[in-house]
Amino acid sequence: MFAFIVQRLFQAIFVMLAVALVSFTLFQFVGDPINNMMGQDATEEQREALRERLGLNDPVPVQFLRFVGNTVQGEFGLSYRVGKPVSELIAERLPATLELVAVSAVLALVVGVPMGIYTGLKRYSVVSRLFLTVSLVGISLPTFLIGILLILIFGVWLGWLPTFGRGGTVDLGLWQTSFLTLQGWSHLILPSITLALFQLTLIMRLVRAEMLEVLRTDYIKFARARGLRNRAINYGHALKNTLVPVITIMGLQIGSLLAFSIITETVFQWPGMGLLILQGIQFVDIPVMSSYLVLVALFFVIINLTVDLLYYAVDPRLRIERGPAGH
Amino acid sequence: MMSESDPVGAAPREALLQVENLRIEFPTRRGVLVAVDDISFHINEGEVLGVVGESGAGKSLTGASIIGLLEPPGRIAGGEILLSGRRIDHLPYEDMRRIRGREIGMVFQDPLTSLNPLYTVGRQLIETIQTHTDLSEQAARKRALELLGEVGIPAASQRIDQYPHQFSGGMRQRVVIALALCINPKLVIADEPTTALDVSIQAQIIKLLKRLCHEHGAAVMLITHDMGVIAETADRVAVMYAGRIAEVGPVSQVIKHARHPYTHGLMGSIPMIGHDMERLTQIDGSMPRLTEIPRGCAFNPRCPKVMERCRLDRPEPLPVGNSQVACWLYDDPSAEVEEIVFGEAENG
Amino acid sequence: MTAGSEIRTISPGFGARVGDSLKRFFDSDVFYSFKRSPVTIIAFLVTVLLILGAALAPWIAPHNTNDVASLNLMDAFRPPVWESGGEPNFLLGTDDQGRGVLSSIMFGMQLSLLVGFASVLLAAAVGTILGLLSGYVGGRVDSVIMRIADVQLTFPAILIALLIDGIVGSLLPRAMHEEVKIYVLIVAIAASQWVNFARTVRGSTLVEKNKEYVQAARVIGVRPIAIMWRHVLPNVMGPVLVIATLSLALAILTEATLSFLGVGVPVTRPSLGTLIRIGNDFLFSGEWWMTIFPGLALVILVLSVNLLGDWLRDALNPKLR
Repeated sequence: MFAFIVQRLFQAIFVMLAVALVSFTLFQFVGDPINNMMGQDATEEQREALRERLGLNDPVPVQFLRFVGNTVQGEFGLSYRVGKPVSELIAERLPATLELVAVSAVLALVVGVPMGIYTGLKRYSVVSRLFLTVSLVGISLPTFLIGILLILIFGVWLGWLPTFGRGGTVDLGLWQTSFLTLQGWSHLILPSITLALFQLTLIMRLVRAEMLEVLRTDYIKFARARGLRNRAINYGHALKNTLVPVITIMGLQIGSLLAFSIITETVFQWPGMGLLILQGIQFVDIPVMSSYLVLVALFFVIINLTVDLLYYAVDPRLRIERGPAGH
Repeated sequence: MMSESDPVGAAPREALLQVENLRIEFPTRRGVLVAVDDISFHINEGEVLGVVGESGAGKSLTGASIIGLLEPPGRIAGGEILLSGRRIDHLPYEDMRRIRGREIGMVFQDPLTSLNPLYTVGRQLIETIQTHTDLSEQAARKRALELLGEVGIPAASQRIDQYPHQFSGGMRQRVVIALALCINPKLVIADEPTTALDVSIQAQIIKLLKRLCHEHGAAVMLITHDMGVIAETADRVAVMYAGRIAEVGPVSQVIKHARHPYTHGLMGSIPMIGHDMERLTQIDGSMPRLTEIPRGCAFNPRCPKVMERCRLDRPEPLPVGNSQVACWLYDDPSAEVEEIVFGEAENG
Repeated sequence: MTAGSEIRTISPGFGARVGDSLKRFFDSDVFYSFKRSPVTIIAFLVTVLLILGAALAPWIAPHNTNDVASLNLMDAFRPPVWESGGEPNFLLGTDDQGRGVLSSIMFGMQLSLLVGFASVLLAAAVGTILGLLSGYVGGRVDSVIMRIADVQLTFPAILIALLIDGIVGSLLPRAMHEEVKIYVLIVAIAASQWVNFARTVRGSTLVEKNKEYVQAARVIGVRPIAIMWRHVLPNVMGPVLVIATLSLALAILTEATLSFLGVGVPVTRPSLGTLIRIGNDFLFSGEWWMTIFPGLALVILVLSVNLLGDWLRDALNPKLR
């Protein structure tokens, strides 16, 4: 157990270092930050002063070490675009994105997984066929279009729900939350549905496929041949075996929620990380881009680590290194 | 014995399993395929019936239909299956479930995939025992331990809490046999139980299966394509060809005096010690696909003794000695043929 | 069958085999299941219709929306023909510049399909080659390629495309940027999709590699490249076709999404995503048709392709149904 975790942690650190190197390379070779920050008509002295202040005159390895050190401390430098520390910008924006992603993830999993199990078990029922047909439409609808349609229907035509911003948030010191007010929740409804819908249909289809795969296996047939109850077979044997691949799927899908939040935030003017990175890309704001990269990588590393640990809990084949295969 | 049998009406000396005119079909785009065509046989209590034939002959489908696990789109299109005189085809799911495991056990071909990889061996045994009995967890565990001992797993008290991947193939098949026998079923269907195993342990497993079923008073339907296994294990044997039973009878008769030309060909393909043979004979051609079963006797294109009649009418099983043989060679009551002399391969 | 005769049956040239397989196709289970599925037939017809409409846009579209001179601001904000104020000249209404929405959709779809097809072709070519290499050569080559694939797979397509676009954008001067934008987009989307091809091809290659006929070909001294081309490649074409179809749907969606975010195709040549973005600005003022019709076109296109891909997967792999 311990060795397993240590090994995974080393892998995680390695991935993070690789990503840091990419981020740093971005910093180093892409665009001219001085031009970006000061415009064309700054004097040469002003440029030199800023270059010195940003540490761009130091040798490259020194700059990389400083970059890693700063990154570990949560210090990502100044945004070229707004001139404020990126860490400050992120602190403002991160809670909004994380709350949106969390609500959507819960929605997608709580609805998607049971639907997948149901359609896998009751393959030929009318409801299953309906779910499947609807889900195909679901994966053909781009996220931004779902958002636009929801805004059109519930915002413009019906006027029931707010369609932009977070509304009232409660300040918890470092964290602005939408969870504590009714208004906050009402602002969350449309964006989180928008973000969840695509993933939900995907999760449902993948869980169904895994379920069907498992139900075809010999050990399920053998379980039937032993006269086990359907409930024990479906929700015990089959479901537990489905869990292993489903955990991977969920890990991947939660990761892509973060990516798709960029779109949702654009459609709903949600003041989160997505809007920040999008503006960052448009203005070639390297510190914002590279810190986003690092944060996203961290997010994925954490998810992957969690997935590995869950695997470990579910699958005995991982727990025992070498089985004493007797004869 | 835990199982309580209540045969409908106390018919004297009734067979344990009776299959009457069973027909299994697969609807496909090119019409309905008949995979098992109107076959009848029975298995007596405690008896080992070998079912032999090439792959695709319908052996496994017959086994699956008896235990009610025919996979769609396959379906029983006709006939009856009776267990202790009670009809069990087309039973409601829940009724059939109670029969599976308790009255009919099953052993599958591949022990590596027959066990759930995420549950310990003990848990799978205990779960099965508790599903069919009122035993407590402890009692069920005790029973499971006994069973593991019976099937010859050393240090059972440790291995009971291990997962399938910690067992070798042969050991896993022993566990599978323990699972099939744990409620003392009256009938065990063993579908190619040794095909996936290493040759060196095949004989052990077959012997174990036979001994245990005998001890537990279970009859066995042993499905295999290996005539050698049948010769050593079975009391009677049914030879299947293209969805039909070609010949069924006591194993000694079928092996020593094969009557159906197909059976004869099969026997010719077994190497036997003590027989000085230049080469093993083989049957020319191969079994027809289900879409191309010829008119008349399905074996007629390959049969060395084919007659005009074989190409027109399908032979029904006829009593010959203690056997039943579906072959027109035996239809001439005046001839009283006891044994047909086959020109080639005179090795019977 | 002996290894020798197997090789002999495969030895005619690639072209002859294609002809052969065409003949077999019309009698195959695949074609049969196509005939049996009305939904698939409709999806196929719709896809063909949309592709034709897009490809022939310069000739059959009511207006040439790329020709700025033909625009008339007096025509701006016209609703569809069936609403009051609509004009038969503009069936689906007009946008803020007076461009007909129907014509915009036809030209926009042309671009969406172009980017979609190009990126899938690129991804399929790269992925197939790397997959073959990885599976056939094995060893270190295999582990390097698959490690990259693993890492890449954890990063969502949109994010990769977005970052590549951003980096290239910052490396090139603005003026050039507009010119190469489409190519960057194609490469970016392809980069996010090659992994699926590589993994599948690698898996099939590993299976084929150990089959007797390939072993035999190797023993009699056929060169590895020839083995891969003649024996392994034909056997992985089925799965590659399925992935390509489903990837096309995804590529079109990704392109639309990136264009919607404003980092996709240049503004001078709007794709469906760009049209939706432009329309989105007018959603609240009531000009819904500027968003809804391009959106509908996009969904119908992607849905049809998805339906085809779904059917193809089931038809080629009946067990998975």
